[in-house]
Amino acid sequence: MDTQITLPTFDVERVRADFPILSRTVHERKGKPGKPLVYLDSAASAQKPRQVIDAMTRFLEEDYSNIHRGVHFLSQTATDQFEEARRKVARFLNAPSERNIVFTRSATEAVNLVAHSYGRTFLSEGDEIIVSVMEHHANIVPWQLLQMDKGIRIRVVPVDEHGVLDLNAYEDLLSDRTKLVAMTHCSNVLGTVTPAKLIARMAHERGVPVLFDGSQAAVHGVVDVQDIDADFYIMTGHKLYGPTGTGVLYGKYDLLKKMPPYQGGGDMIESVSFEGTTFKAPPARFEAGTPAITEVIGLGVALDYMESLGREAIAAHEHDLLQYATQQLSQIDGLRVYGTAPGKGPIISFTLEGVHPHDLGTIVDQYGVAVRVGRHCAEPLMERFGVGATARASFALYNTRAEADALVESVIAVKEFFGA
Amino acid sequence: MMDELRELYQEVILDHGKNPRNFRHPDDANREAKGENPMCGDRFMVYLKLKDGVVEDVAFQGRGCAISTASASMMTEVVKGKTEAEAKALFETFHDLCTKDDHDHGDHGPVDEDAMERLMVLSGVRQFPVRVKCATLAWHAMNAAIEGEDKASSE
Repeated sequence: MDTQITLPTFDVERVRADFPILSRTVHERKGKPGKPLVYLDSAASAQKPRQVIDAMTRFLEEDYSNIHRGVHFLSQTATDQFEEARRKVARFLNAPSERNIVFTRSATEAVNLVAHSYGRTFLSEGDEIIVSVMEHHANIVPWQLLQMDKGIRIRVVPVDEHGVLDLNAYEDLLSDRTKLVAMTHCSNVLGTVTPAKLIARMAHERGVPVLFDGSQAAVHGVVDVQDIDADFYIMTGHKLYGPTGTGVLYGKYDLLKKMPPYQGGGDMIESVSFEGTTFKAPPARFEAGTPAITEVIGLGVALDYMESLGREAIAAHEHDLLQYATQQLSQIDGLRVYGTAPGKGPIISFTLEGVHPHDLGTIVDQYGVAVRVGRHCAEPLMERFGVGATARASFALYNTRAEADALVESVIAVKEFFGA
Repeated sequence: MMDELRELYQEVILDHGKNPRNFRHPDDANREAKGENPMCGDRFMVYLKLKDGVVEDVAFQGRGCAISTASASMMTEVVKGKTEAEAKALFETFHDLCTKDDHDHGDHGPVDEDAMERLMVLSGVRQFPVRVKCATLAWHAMNAAIEGEDKASSE
């Protein structure tokens, strides 16, 4: 059989032209030209394509109004566009229906929603939640608040020295006391992609629901919540080339249906009286108050943008950058990369012997190179690897090999500066 | 290398950053306070031996960047032998040095002018606002230790 898979060609220069901010320079000083921006901090927040910026501007200039409320023309127009964005998110995750998609303000709020609504209703003293040592604080602290409230226990799955999740330990931790697994789908520090489908299957064998924090994973690969069989899946718009103020909670409908409201207010009720108030069905039940209307519509356009480039093509491009940058960085004496799991996402955390990451970050910034330094909201993981902090370069669909070279050159300059 | 970087990372700072002075835990310390920057993971313990209102010994341990380590190291050198009031005046004056233009510096009482001159090398952080906390971290801890607190209050 003559089957050949050809990926759509990925023209990164054309992609870059879509992102106005990428043509700017930084650190201009009296008479001295600035340095071209080399933005390698997309894992913290991604830049926005003109398509998203223009769509939000157009909506604000032509169609803006509150949603789900008015009988007037604009309200209907705005509602239609907002709900269209919900359908786009559902398609992006291959959710069975847009009813499965709850909009929140952030991924953090989505985790808090589940901890508060599902956690406080269905978990009680002695019950256990399993997380991994790789979690972002957003997938640790909400469970700790629940712990303080309900006396539950948090169990932690370790990783090996490459940053690979210890599945044997996970299996051992699963027990009759386990009531929820809350796990990252891709580490924001190590880039490790966890075997979500297997994690879910192992939990489901014990009847335990699973929540995945897909804040990074949804950016770098194709996510199919039905294939994974995720009970909850969370992502955040601003890392998906969309605006801030947009988080997404996917939930299986039978779970969402039995969960009480998270916040009370307008738009989530059927009727309100002082004798008793009844709530709307999900997802509206979890969307109290006026949402980030313009931003959610912008998120829908951001997802369209990713689909137009091809998500496999994006992943292939980013994987090439990851491999190239890792190879180039590894040639620097004294440089150590944290996170070498096979199939990892395009995130490189590293340290340079004799130089604190904070100093490294300040110096490469003078060369126009934007990286994140610090603990990356993942303090337990830093402790696991015995480092106070790391530098992190993260690659996105608009980065180039030349930018990886610029990173390497600036790190070499740091090394020379400190005589390390 | 850019001038601004040279100004931030002067030789004195690189030297103190690599070979910090008074990097130890004195047995007879009677005050200690933690300084921590949750942003970057810098963490110091500052130890004082206070006797009759005088800082007889001051030392520190922990981990941090070149700026925070150098600043902690220099802090121990200039604070040793000072009265509590003198040490606090140094802290306040140094804080102004790192955060304010010259004409906005407040009057924090009599201050060791020679010490301030030595600390001038750290004034480059003013051009790097996110690094100000690095330069002042151990100083906040020292000030907290004098006040009898066990950790520097986050700003």
